[in-house]
Amino acid sequence: MTDLSHIRNFAIIAHIDHGKSTLADRLIQLCGGLSDREMKEQVLDSMELERERGITIKAQTVRLSFTAQDGETYELNLIDTPGHVDFSYEVSRSLAACEGSLLLVDASQGVEAQTLANVYLAIDNDHEIIPVLNKVDLPAAEPERVKEQIEEVIGIDASDALEISAKTGKGVAEVLEALVKRLPPPKGDAAAPLKAMLVDSWYDSYLGVIALVRVIDGKLTPGMKIRMMGSGATHLVDKVGAFTPKMVNLKELGPGELGFINASIKSVADCNVGDTITDERRLADKPLPGFKPSVPVVFCGLFPVDAADYEDLRDSLSKLALNDSSFQYEAESSAALGFGFRCGFLGLLHLEIVQERLEREFDLDLVTTAPSVVYKIHMTNGQMIELHNPADMPDVVKIDHIEEPWIKATILVPDEFLGPILKLCEDRRGEQVDLTYAGSRAMLVYRLPLNEVVFDFYDRLKSVSRGYASFDYQIEEYRESELVKVSILVNQEPVDSLAIIVHRGQAETRGRMLCERLKDLIPRQLFKIAIQAAIGGKVIARETISALRKDVTAKCYGGDVSRKRKLLEKQKAGKKRMRNIGNVEIPQSAFLAALKMSDN
Amino acid sequence: MTGAPAVTRPETGAQGEAGFGIYLHWPFCRSKCPYCDFNSHVREAVDQDRWRAALLADLAHAAEKSGPREVTSVFFGGGTPSLMPPETVAALIEKIDALWGLAPGTEITLEANPTSAEAESFAGFARAGVNRLSLGVQALGDEALKFLGRQHTAAEALGALELARAAFPRISFDLIYARPGQSLAAWQAELAEALALGPEHISLYQLTIEEGTVFHGAWRRGELRLPEEEAAAALFEATAGQLEDAGLPAYEISNHARPGAQCRHNLTYWRYGDYVGVGPGAHGRLTFGGTKQATREHRAPEAWLDLVERQGHGWRQVEAVTPEQRLAEMVMMGLRLTEGISRAALARELQGAPEELLPVERLQRLSGEGYLEVDETGLRATAAGRQRLDALLGYLLA
Repeated sequence: MTDLSHIRNFAIIAHIDHGKSTLADRLIQLCGGLSDREMKEQVLDSMELERERGITIKAQTVRLSFTAQDGETYELNLIDTPGHVDFSYEVSRSLAACEGSLLLVDASQGVEAQTLANVYLAIDNDHEIIPVLNKVDLPAAEPERVKEQIEEVIGIDASDALEISAKTGKGVAEVLEALVKRLPPPKGDAAAPLKAMLVDSWYDSYLGVIALVRVIDGKLTPGMKIRMMGSGATHLVDKVGAFTPKMVNLKELGPGELGFINASIKSVADCNVGDTITDERRLADKPLPGFKPSVPVVFCGLFPVDAADYEDLRDSLSKLALNDSSFQYEAESSAALGFGFRCGFLGLLHLEIVQERLEREFDLDLVTTAPSVVYKIHMTNGQMIELHNPADMPDVVKIDHIEEPWIKATILVPDEFLGPILKLCEDRRGEQVDLTYAGSRAMLVYRLPLNEVVFDFYDRLKSVSRGYASFDYQIEEYRESELVKVSILVNQEPVDSLAIIVHRGQAETRGRMLCERLKDLIPRQLFKIAIQAAIGGKVIARETISALRKDVTAKCYGGDVSRKRKLLEKQKAGKKRMRNIGNVEIPQSAFLAALKMSDN
Repeated sequence: MTGAPAVTRPETGAQGEAGFGIYLHWPFCRSKCPYCDFNSHVREAVDQDRWRAALLADLAHAAEKSGPREVTSVFFGGGTPSLMPPETVAALIEKIDALWGLAPGTEITLEANPTSAEAESFAGFARAGVNRLSLGVQALGDEALKFLGRQHTAAEALGALELARAAFPRISFDLIYARPGQSLAAWQAELAEALALGPEHISLYQLTIEEGTVFHGAWRRGELRLPEEEAAAALFEATAGQLEDAGLPAYEISNHARPGAQCRHNLTYWRYGDYVGVGPGAHGRLTFGGTKQATREHRAPEAWLDLVERQGHGWRQVEAVTPEQRLAEMVMMGLRLTEGISRAALARELQGAPEELLPVERLQRLSGEGYLEVDETGLRATAAGRQRLDALLGYLLA
């Protein structure tokens, strides 16, 4: 157990690509946490996907042992935070486990929107913030301009910002020195009853559930019976330890320390991020503030392309959920897509990550329906329903009014792209809150309905700004809105998986677009096919696929019989991938493409 | 076989007998046409004695399996069977007569290319017993013939047709249409010219791109484009109308004949009768051992020859055809015919009625849409149904 005065706990706040992982690697290297041989590039981003996308999904910690200029050896705990707003609650808990942060900004790029949200979270957590300018050796680096921007946009003093190059190692030792000198040590009472915060948890196939904790008061030791104050679950602690970044077992974790525990916990569902861990025999008087269970805000259906993969999908989802307590799923069946699951996510990135992991790690081909937000449907009988799936929308005559979630979005963009971005926000029913400039960059704050954002907003934003805009959002409130369900009908039969809920003003445009796309995607058949978009019984758009006019093999004689019959047999096998809607056999690939296009 | 050539008229109604045909495949050609994916090969020299002996042996083996049957037609296909020595054709016909017996006037067709060289053999083929010649005219313009890789000119083809008329009581010829760039008007003019020649039977094929052909490569590279579906449909419909008016209505998708002049042999395929297939790559449907069997001969000419010399026949694969497969085959072949499939034939082959063997709601939908007719005599595709037969079959069977 290290004395409190010799502990510093810190996080690194940075935008994607601004060099967080590289800096972490250098810090580990300088403190001898790993030999050069053991040093893999970007040690902390362990998942293949994280490495590829350069983002952190699961928080991890590393304990560094650093001998400062004062001759004393300090325990520095770096907690790596997820860099995306979808995980803002996780970020806030990670930050709550530290006393300070390094604000790492690319000296050639400046502050980005995501950095902004996280740095405000750090300020909310009373962090001491040390600005660090990275990549100062690049020709495009403008440290003075970026310092100004930090002061103007974030409002913190950047005069003593460190200037480093994580890549070459320049200035990295000064970062460690600054952590010791400028961050406050944690506070805590070793003699008090145990009070520790659960920062994160994940499933390890050898050890079971590993929980990452920050001890506030008391001590955590192997053999202890602990209680999760939020869920009430109790567990016996097998091991405690820290990551250096190798997993090292310790005798105990004391106040101010960060580390892991391995108890006989079966599922991560028992380990809610932010929950307070205490000693079953000597309970803390009250839990730590700020605990809230994670609530999914974006939902979509996930269906196997091949119905035979349904069980595999179920297994894979349960494995993913083992590691991700914020991910929810339940069985769903669709006439168009067969059996699948309705899944809830913290946001769009979370959705994308889960989808990619399923396809990559579990080798599944998936159909994803258009993402939907959670609507609050107020019924005429006074009941309120939370609607996750447009297909489940109740009869309109029973609905009194509908509310939809609104977000506050922050967009940072070079001012030359401001025009098209303002137009995009206005088109999406946005309300401007603020528009400020820092140098040639504009910071735009808008209130927007989340359902406008889940529908291709991010892609549009990137395309109109040629990739320069950065974007972040927080859910703010629910507001009443004139929302309608647009159904897509094939020969008068609704295609459940294509139903969308949109603002009345956009219903016709969106309905027409879907009809036109389906018209292009569904091959001509023996029979005429009517494709309609409708609100309730009212058709708002219509397309017709005329019957095919000629489709016949010119020559078929005695020598062709076997081959031709085998073709029919193959066609029959292929029909397993067809869906019959309104008496029309529609290749599942058509739905897939329609859904794909609707999020582009 | 001897006797004066007599024109046989097959029964044509829905009750027409399926019959029993013998198909012989001659796999050699002078040159390979760029559209053709048939089992045809170009060889410098062919050992005629060995080939004749092998075909004779293969016939004997087939007869052994089939037992006594009344042969209703013989067909020499290829390849280019008009390159066969007439003596070989004669020997094979004699052998068929000896093995099964050939009634006088039984339809014996030979496919021929209308080159002057081959026309010289016509009289010999007629003497051998061939009474129906199917000429691969393909087009009536030299440019089109060149495009199709044919070895003859239009004038040569007309000359060959004259000679054939003198030698054979029955003649048919083939044309290929829906060629790249061919307008509807140009095709109708070409067709009128063809009809002016007074054929009793004519096969009109829309050009199709088959895998493994020269045209397929050109098409894939975008150098060759076929008419789009609408244009192809218009060509098909106009063709049907023009032939109908000329008194040669379609009795099958691509085959048109004056009443009674249909090809007896091909009707056996479409009526799902038994047929023996002899020669490289030939397929057969032959009932023996109480079951309909699908037979297939070795495809490569030299390997086939070796196989026959070693094992006494060319069969590479013999498989019992399951009832489900028989239904699919019978329906997909039978619906090509204007006459359709008779209830009697279905009952004989599969012991059931259309409504028992096929999904009733699909039959009804197809009927409702005007693609199919199901009545007390049987089921048949309408003109609209035949024009979309592949999709119709997919809907009904797949």
